[in-house]
Formats: sequence, structure tokens, C-alpha cells
Amino acid sequence: MNEKFDAVVVGAGPGGTAAALTMARAGLNVVLLERGEFPGAKNIFGGVLYRKQIEELVPEFWKERNFPMERNIVEQRIWVMGKESMVTFSHRNEAYKEPYNCFTGLRVKFDQWFADKAVQAGALPVYQTVALDVIRDGNRVVGVKTDREDGELYADVVVIADGVNSLLGKSMGIHREWRPDEVSLAVKEVIALPKEKIEDRFNVEGNEGVTIEFMGETSLGMAGMGFLYTNKETISLGVGVMVNHLRDKRIKPYAILEAIKQHPMIKKLIQGGETLEYSGHLIPEGGYHSVPPLSGDGWCIVGDAAQLVNFVHREGTNLAMASGRMAGETVIEAKNRGDFSAATLRLYDEKVKNSFIMKDLRKYKGMHKLLKEEDPELLFTKLPRALNEAAYNMFLVDGVPKADKQKMALKKIAEAAGGTVNLMKLGIKGWRAMNG
Amino acid sequence: MSQTISDKLFTIRFKCDKVSHLTIKDRDVCIRCTTKDCNFFCPADVYEWDKKQKLTTVAFENCIECGTCRIACPSDNIEWVYPKGGYGMSFKMG
Ligand SMILES: Cc1cc2nc3c(=O)[nH]c(=O)nc-3n(C[C@H](O)[C@H](O)[C@H](O)COP(=O)(O)OP(=O)(O)OC[C@H]3O[C@@H](n4cnc5c(N)ncnc54)[C@H](O)[C@@H]3O)c2cc1C
Ligand code: SF4
Ligand code: SF4
Repeated sequence: MNEKFDAVVVGAGPGGTAAALTMARAGLNVVLLERGEFPGAKNIFGGVLYRKQIEELVPEFWKERNFPMERNIVEQRIWVMGKESMVTFSHRNEAYKEPYNCFTGLRVKFDQWFADKAVQAGALPVYQTVALDVIRDGNRVVGVKTDREDGELYADVVVIADGVNSLLGKSMGIHREWRPDEVSLAVKEVIALPKEKIEDRFNVEGNEGVTIEFMGETSLGMAGMGFLYTNKETISLGVGVMVNHLRDKRIKPYAILEAIKQHPMIKKLIQGGETLEYSGHLIPEGGYHSVPPLSGDGWCIVGDAAQLVNFVHREGTNLAMASGRMAGETVIEAKNRGDFSAATLRLYDEKVKNSFIMKDLRKYKGMHKLLKEEDPELLFTKLPRALNEAAYNMFLVDGVPKADKQKMALKKIAEAAGGTVNLMKLGIKGWRAMNG
Repeated sequence: MSQTISDKLFTIRFKCDKVSHLTIKDRDVCIRCTTKDCNFFCPADVYEWDKKQKLTTVAFENCIECGTCRIACPSDNIEWVYPKGGYGMSFKMG
């Protein structure tokens, strides 16, 4: 396999496949490398896919008969959890039906469907193959070394799309090893439930679906977020926690999930269901300040490998796809110019910077610091608990005047934060973190 | 619906290589390690401190390749590579 290609893409997740598809369509000679038995074999996510960034690559994909959609999301719920209570916010809208906004999916099916698009466009699939390192000529990247016999692949450009662990990115010195606070570990279960049960329990019909994100006492004092999404005939239930907090707490990750299953509000939703699959994966959560340079001589890096995840809005696949597409477009431009140097590939950094990807990451650039530096017990246990207690008392009719209840609720919330001044400071910090 | 970790791992398909893709770099570092964090944070219970033999046992066959141990071992004592292409675990749903 010592033929030379226009591009080698390492990793057939949403980021790598988007890059390969974009380049193959323009007639470039592209290899799509994947270490799994097939694309998706090693991948999980919560489960929400976004129409917009898929449509940019595969117009009207939802009309395809074999498109692996689970449910079209018409309602999104946010739950702030107490021990056996919750305070909820949600939005449901018929307008999410046409056109779709987002929908649930499962990665084994979706990644294969998507990678097949790149292959149909002419990309050469090389699966069950690990890229071990890049090959360099001086400073320039000129290919990758794989674990196949004679497995050296030469190319003008290597697109690094190897996901959150990105061993290639590290061996190339693009980024150092992530700190434990720059990643969350998520564990998940896919739980089988009959369609009728899902329709009844979640108030949906046909292909309508619901997402629930929950935070609070369910993350057992760690910075973390739980999710429960409806699929056709399964539920995706999972929780992610910051790895430094997980390490400090000495709790087994699956024990957090088991505890969540016992929460009265979750328990009733999954009751009678059978776990079909357990899984775990890291999520990049360093945000804006963890993003490395995105290109150099003969290479671009996309998606999770470059920390391009907007964890506040659980958007990752779409940032991976958009960055993959932009990398692909840049390589096409480089090919036209006949120049694959850092000077040309920098166009890719510019594209990402001027798009929603970096604009959104910049908006939330203080978020990671807030979660890292504030006491997780305060943010994820005490405040949610105080909020739940306040709600409980406001709705409780017990002869106590409402004004007194309100005073007491505010006092309790302030107490949780360590006093009114601290609460205000935290409010300001929170606002800044979300509007950097 | 409560499940043990072995029940959970049973839902995943594994194609095990003969050699481990996870290696403890230095046994002495584990002996001196006071917290043995790897015994807790791994989502597949791969690591266990063996008191008698004084070493960290590595059940690499159960590894779901998340990468946490590489980042979270406080002494950076775990050598972590991918299993050979096509080996290791495969999800059936994701
Ligand atoms: C629990 C969880 C919930 C999430 N929820 C959502 C959600 O609801 N919505 C959303 O949009 N995003 C979500 N995300 C984030 C989303 O999954 C990622 O942002 C997205 O998958 C990134 O795509 P990627 O192509 O960059 O990386 P990946 O999807 O990780 O793909 C990388 C690919 O590269 C392969 N690979 C790695 N190294 C090599 C190598 N050396 N040689 C060959 N192949 C290699 C891997 O096997 C893999 O297939 C979630 C993530 C997790 C873990
Ligand atoms: S692998 Fe790391 S955490 Fe585990 S015992 Fe050894 S040094 Fe400690
Ligand atoms: S990669 Fe994940 S599952 Fe495998 S041993 Fe390390 S922590 Fe455990």
C-alpha cells in the first residue's frame, strides 16, 4: 500500500467522515482509516444528532429510507434534581417537526450510514487498522504509519480525526495529555422498552421524541450531567462526570448510574426495561482554552481530537462534522493551489474561528474554569437542594404566609452559597462564564 | 433492574488480543501509590490491587477503551495504546 493519496483521514467518526466525504466528492483521492471493526464500533454518544450540519453534507438525508433516525425531538427538558424531587424547565414545540431540528440516534448505525456516504463518493475505506504515528519529512507531515504489514500511507495532507483520546495529536505534539479536569467520563445504558410504553410515559406519538438532561444531587457531589433520551424502542440513559472529581470521590462510575436508576423520577420512566448495552466514553470538556492550533504543515485536526465540543449545549457531533467539512474544503483549496504548507492550511483555522464553532466556544469560555474552581458540592448538591426545598415550600399549603416562605427560600439559597454576597458573586461569575 | 458490572460487560462484544494493550509502567510506583485510584475510576473494573502479590492486576480483556486511566492515574503509570486494528471491544448500538 505504498501508493500516494491526496489525503489520509484518521478516524471514521462524524468529524473524519465529514472531511473524507467533502474531499472525495471533489474528486480527491482519499483514504478513510478506522481502527474499529467498522465505523461506529468504538463509539457512543448520548444520542442527539443535529439536522443542520448533516444536511450541509447530505441534502434531504431524512427522506432516505435507510436513514437511521430514532426519534425526532419535539421537546427538551431540563431537570434540577433533589434526592427525591426535581424542579423542571422544558420547551415543546410543533415547529420542531418541519423542518427537523434534531433527533436521537445510535452511533453504530449512524456512523456506518455516514461513512458509507464517503465511500460511495469515492473514499477508500481502510477499517480494522490503527494509525500508529505520522510520517514526517522534516517538519512536514507526509503520511501515516499503520499497524498493517507494509502499512505506510503517504498523502499530501493527514486529517487527524481520532477523537478525544487523540494519541496521534499527542505524538505529534499538537496538544499535551489532557488534564483530568479537561475531560468527563460518561457511562451509559441502552434500555429496551416497548414503543407503547415510551409513547405513554413521555407523552409522544409516532416518531416524536423527548430529551431530558438532569443535574443536581444525581451526580453525587461531582460536576456532572445526566441524560435520558427516547429512541424508537429503547431509552438512552447515562451520566458524565468530570474525571478529577470522579477520582477524588473514589466512586465507581457505574455506581453513579445505578444510583440514578433508583431516583424516583427516573425509576418510573425506565421501569420494566431491560439493559441491552452498557458503554463508556470520554467527553472533551476543556472548552475554548483547551483548543490547540488546528493545522500545520501537511495536517489538520478536527472534532473531539481538538476539543471542539460545546458541552453546555451537548453539541459535539455537529461541531465535528462542521470542522471536518471545513478541513475538507481547505484541503481542496490547497490542492488547487498545489500548496499544502501551514500557510495555506491556516485557512482552516480561520474558517473554524469565523463559524459558530469558535463563536459558541468563546461565548462559554469561562464555563470550564467555573466548574473546575467552584466547589462541586455547592453547584451540584447544595444549590439544587436549596432550589428543590424552596419549590417544595412554595407549593406546600401549611398556613405559613407566602411572604415568609419566600424570605425563607431566599435565605436558604443564600445560605447554601455561603451568604448573600457569595451568592451574588457566584451569580456574576456564572453570567460571565456563559457570556465570555 | 440492578446489575453487576459483569452483567453490564456481558452486553459488549469483545475480540481479545493475546497481548495486553494496557501496561503498568513501573510496579514499584504502584507499591508506593497510597490512593490506588485506578481501582475506582475505571468503568470496567479492569484494575485491582493484589495485596498478596503486591501488584496491580490488569484485566485488559474487559477494557472498554475509554482512556480514563491514562489521564487519571496520578503517577502517569499506565502505558495506554489501542488494541490492534479490529480487536478489543465493539458496541452493537452505541
Ligand atoms: C456520553 C456522550 C454523550 C454525548 N452526547 C452527544 C449528543 O447528544 N449530541 C452530540 O452532538 N454530541 C454528543 N457527544 C459528543 C460527540 O459524541 C462527539 O463530539 C463526536 O463523536 C466527535 O466526533 P469525532 O469524529 O471528532 O470523534 P469520534 O466520534 O470519537 O471518532 C473518532 C474515530 O477515530 C477512530 N480512531 C481513533 N484513533 C484512531 C487511530 N489511531 N487509527 C484509526 N482510527 C482511530 C475511533 O475508533 C473513532 O471511530 C457525546 C459524547 C459522549 C461520550
Ligand atoms: S496504576 Fe496508578 S493509580 Fe493504580 S496503583 Fe498504580 S500508580 Fe496507583
Ligand atoms: S481505558 Fe477505560 S475501561 Fe480501559 S482500563 Fe482504562 S479506564 Fe478502564
